[in-house]
Amino acid sequence: MTQTKDIIYGLYNDEEDLLEAVKGANADHLEIMDVYTPFPVHGLDPLLGLSESRLHIAGFVYGMLGTLTAFLGMSWIFTKDWPIIFGGKPHWSVPAFIPITFEVTVLFASIGMVLTFYIINGLGPGVVNPTIDLRITDDKFCLAFDKSEVDVSKAESFLKGSGAAEIHSKTI
Amino acid sequence: MSSHVSPIREPLIQGNKSYHDITVDLVSPTERPPGPAWIVGFIISLTLLAFGLFCIAWTVWHGIGTWNLNRTIGWGWDITNFVWWIGIGHAGTLISAILLLFRQKWRTGVNRAAEAMTIFAVICAALFPGIHVGRAWVVFYFFPYPNTRGPLWPNFNSPLLWDLFAISTYFTVSLLFWYAGLVPDFATVRDRAKGLRRKIYNVLSFGWTGSAKHWQRWESLCLILAGIATPLVLSVHTIVSFDFATSVIPGWHTTIFPPYFVAGAIFSGFAMVLTLMIITRKLFNLQNYITVGHIESMNKVILVTGTIVGVAYLTELFIAWYSGYVYEQFAFFNRAAGPYWWSYFGMMFCNVISPQIFWVRKFRRSIAITFFVSIVINIGMWFERFVIIATTLARDYLPSSWSYYSPTWVEMGIFAGTIGIFFTLYLLFARVAPVVAIAEVKSILKSAGDQYTGPDAHKHHGHGANKHGAATTIKSSLESDSHNPGISAASAAPLASTLTSKESAVAEEPIVKDDSPKIKSSTGVDDLRRIEGIGPKIAEILNNGGITTFSQLASTDASQVKALLDAAGSRFRTHDPGTWGEQAALARDGRWDELKDLQDRLDGGKYV
Repeated sequence: MTQTKDIIYGLYNDEEDLLEAVKGANADHLEIMDVYTPFPVHGLDPLLGLSESRLHIAGFVYGMLGTLTAFLGMSWIFTKDWPIIFGGKPHWSVPAFIPITFEVTVLFASIGMVLTFYIINGLGPGVVNPTIDLRITDDKFCLAFDKSEVDVSKAESFLKGSGAAEIHSKTI
Repeated sequence: MSSHVSPIREPLIQGNKSYHDITVDLVSPTERPPGPAWIVGFIISLTLLAFGLFCIAWTVWHGIGTWNLNRTIGWGWDITNFVWWIGIGHAGTLISAILLLFRQKWRTGVNRAAEAMTIFAVICAALFPGIHVGRAWVVFYFFPYPNTRGPLWPNFNSPLLWDLFAISTYFTVSLLFWYAGLVPDFATVRDRAKGLRRKIYNVLSFGWTGSAKHWQRWESLCLILAGIATPLVLSVHTIVSFDFATSVIPGWHTTIFPPYFVAGAIFSGFAMVLTLMIITRKLFNLQNYITVGHIESMNKVILVTGTIVGVAYLTELFIAWYSGYVYEQFAFFNRAAGPYWWSYFGMMFCNVISPQIFWVRKFRRSIAITFFVSIVINIGMWFERFVIIATTLARDYLPSSWSYYSPTWVEMGIFAGTIGIFFTLYLLFARVAPVVAIAEVKSILKSAGDQYTGPDAHKHHGHGANKHGAATTIKSSLESDSHNPGISAASAAPLASTLTSKESAVAEEPIVKDDSPKIKSSTGVDDLRRIEGIGPKIAEILNNGGITTFSQLASTDASQVKALLDAAGSRFRTHDPGTWGEQAALARDGRWDELKDLQDRLDGGKYV
């Protein structure tokens, strides 16, 4: 059960207008709840104070896990569990392990990273997130304030002055 | 906002599209019932698929003896088809990963479909090792898993097992990468849908909202996946080539195989992407998103990789001669002059000679020629694999074992079946998902849309264009903004003959020759680019034709303006000056608000 929120939001027709509005909101010390866009808008992250994603660190850890799994697994199998001589080669034939080690590294990194991405974003099959406006995935750029976090009249007058094409209130 | 884009760079999105236009154009193929071309294609594909499944069942039921393989030629059409399909599956990840790292914006028009193609091609490829082992029901023995046979493990030193890992990983990563890109676009489809359709697309879109943090992580994810998919895509065909290169068969055990196979894979993959894209853009009317510029870019890749493949063929011949190794020399002599000479020359012609026509810009930009050559290359790359596999095996060390191989109907049926599987899946995909990445195309609109760049640009990015009401946000650095009905003698050029007699307003103007067509002075000329539909190039043509003010344009007949455009070259022939006079009249009278209202209703200077 998710809590409902009362929000007020402005819709902009252009990402440049949105960026200006976010700058204005920062200048007016209005706390922005979130910004929704139809595509990734560059230059937005620093304005919203979003720190860089740490997904790449997670990807590195998953990848290392894959490297170790593959390399140690093959080493154990061919030296301890079931040593077989293939064409007179040593049991622990490291160069021959490289291709599989590489493939498993990539496999672990990508599966781990993609799963992490969906989980931390709360996305997945069957997830129903509240819809603020149907046109956000089309051509509108949305700047939303949580009414419990901001002075509503101030937010509204700010949105009006910021070039928003439409201003709405909604409970989500 | 984004980095500077050269104004001469060819626009990647044509037709003066707004964000909403992009959504409508790209989502609508999934919303309307399929057209007759799609239905016919689907029925043919499904028939081939059904026949392929029948042939596979026949193989599994009766055994591998239904194929014409023998003791000498142990790999025939099965592995030829396998390598062919895997090669085709290389273009998708190349486009989506390597071109992303190289910041090639044209990838956005074709990456979605190319990635889908990759996934379907890998499915077709993976089928062949599965059935050619004979006992398809124990094919899981390939995988290392704790089993009751010891546990007995597969041989991790074998290139064939490396291949299994490479292809499984490649398939998984391609699928994840493709779907990560699809999630925001499924949300766009969802938000236009109603009822059950909306529910289905909500499941497919994973509940995507478009939040700024999600987009940030999404971009990060795509970039890292691209980073690790790049060495992956190079590794996959390298490992496929190890299947051959690590053997001791003359003609196979060459060190040139990995780069040669990778170049060949990209070559065949791009050929298949072109075949599919040319059909797709026609079928779904996507000419504004998959432009001739896209096709030209891909043809350049075809030219480069085809030439690399050609150099590899010649290097193989040279090394066979230079090595002094008689068995190697015989293998290559046998390829070119043995019983399979036709496939060798087919390969040489299709892969090395045919793409060379793309040195000519006209051919690179011709849809018909590109389509034809792409099919020729697909065939040629199939020949290449057949030459490497069957031809090489047919004449081994022992002349008493020499043999000849031609496929049975079952083998041909399975190959036809994979083509059926491929096109069935592709056609289904094109009905269910947007075939062009919507969000990614929107994100390049301001740097690659034809209203922002190229000869007809009339908007500058960096302005809130819509905020100001209309498409008239041209920086007036060149000219004065104010309406000026006069005309500068210095800038009026001779009028085209079609314009002389009829229009007194034009004819009365002093006509003086001037060598500089660019108008820099602020006296006596109007910025014709304020008319929607007129970009800098067209403004120049009109100025050269003697039309330099709004009043002149307003009093010139549309057909005469059209004649000026036609005379300026074929690329301007598509422009319709129908509303320019009307717009110019408002501009002449200084009725800017009315002009803006009119331009809001126009689309690219035309009534919609």
